[in-house]
Amino acid sequence: MPNLIGIVVFPGTNCEFDVAEAVEAVGGNYRFIFHLDKELSDIDAVVIAGGFAHGDYLRPGAIARFSPIMESIEKFAEDGRPVIGICNGFQVLTEAGLLPGALQKNSNLTFLCEPTVLNIETNETPFTSKLSPGSKVKLFINHFSGNYTCNDQTLQELKSNNQIVLTYLNNPNGSTQNIAGICNATRNVVGLMPHPERAIDELLGSDDGLKFFKSLINL
Amino acid sequence: MDKQGSDRHLYEVLVEVRHKEKIADPEGNTIKKALSALGYDRVSRVSVGKAIRVQISADNETEALNQVDKMTQRLLANPVLENYSISVEESNSHA
Repeated sequence: MPNLIGIVVFPGTNCEFDVAEAVEAVGGNYRFIFHLDKELSDIDAVVIAGGFAHGDYLRPGAIARFSPIMESIEKFAEDGRPVIGICNGFQVLTEAGLLPGALQKNSNLTFLCEPTVLNIETNETPFTSKLSPGSKVKLFINHFSGNYTCNDQTLQELKSNNQIVLTYLNNPNGSTQNIAGICNATRNVVGLMPHPERAIDELLGSDDGLKFFKSLINL
Repeated sequence: MDKQGSDRHLYEVLVEVRHKEKIADPEGNTIKKALSALGYDRVSRVSVGKAIRVQISADNETEALNQVDKMTQRLLANPVLENYSISVEESNSHA
């Protein structure tokens, strides 16, 4: 049986159907989880989809982080089960303290919506297990606050624990050390700014995103 | 109000959230450039943050400040990117 993917939907989330399409494209099953729900017992992996949860009021992810579902997701993550945050989902995970650092406004103060090439830094995560370290993928970014920022101590920890998952080849947003995605120390929580769910068919410009979802489905 | 008829006061507390020194402030920098284009060439720094005004009832000013400090640490500011300061703007006795 392929893993059942729980796709979290806050008011303002807008990438849930793309994630669902990507999960189906690799033969997986999914269930949408509304932010007021708390039930995750049937779920094998959680994906927090992108968008503008709670209107990005205050800061992206700041309000979503206190939605009822987040308490269940924190326990799910503590149990070592996979939690993936894409774009706004990454922002939610940093606000919740499940991933270190923060995403600040892009350095050029421009909303970026473009293809970008990324380097796979590690395949030791549930979202990159079917990718090869050092390989390149083309994915799409679509964000205003994607500039990954952390203090020097966090950066040292990320490096020494091999927690940097993806890096930009041509850093479009000013991120520290070209960081596009990271994982936590136990490697089961992954956040990334690019959207693999939008790169699932050559017709869309890339199908490099499929391998991320294959990784997640066939744990 | 949870303690009606007591000597609680209503406070207007201003939370100012601003970028940490090391954090890039592209909005502030852009405004600074616009100001210099208008001829204000003595402006050396512009920083854009947030002002959040919280109305809260409390027994005294210290309690009001403590409550707002807690909520700022939990929600209103992100400690990775931002510093904050808190001040009481106004206080009124409950009618």
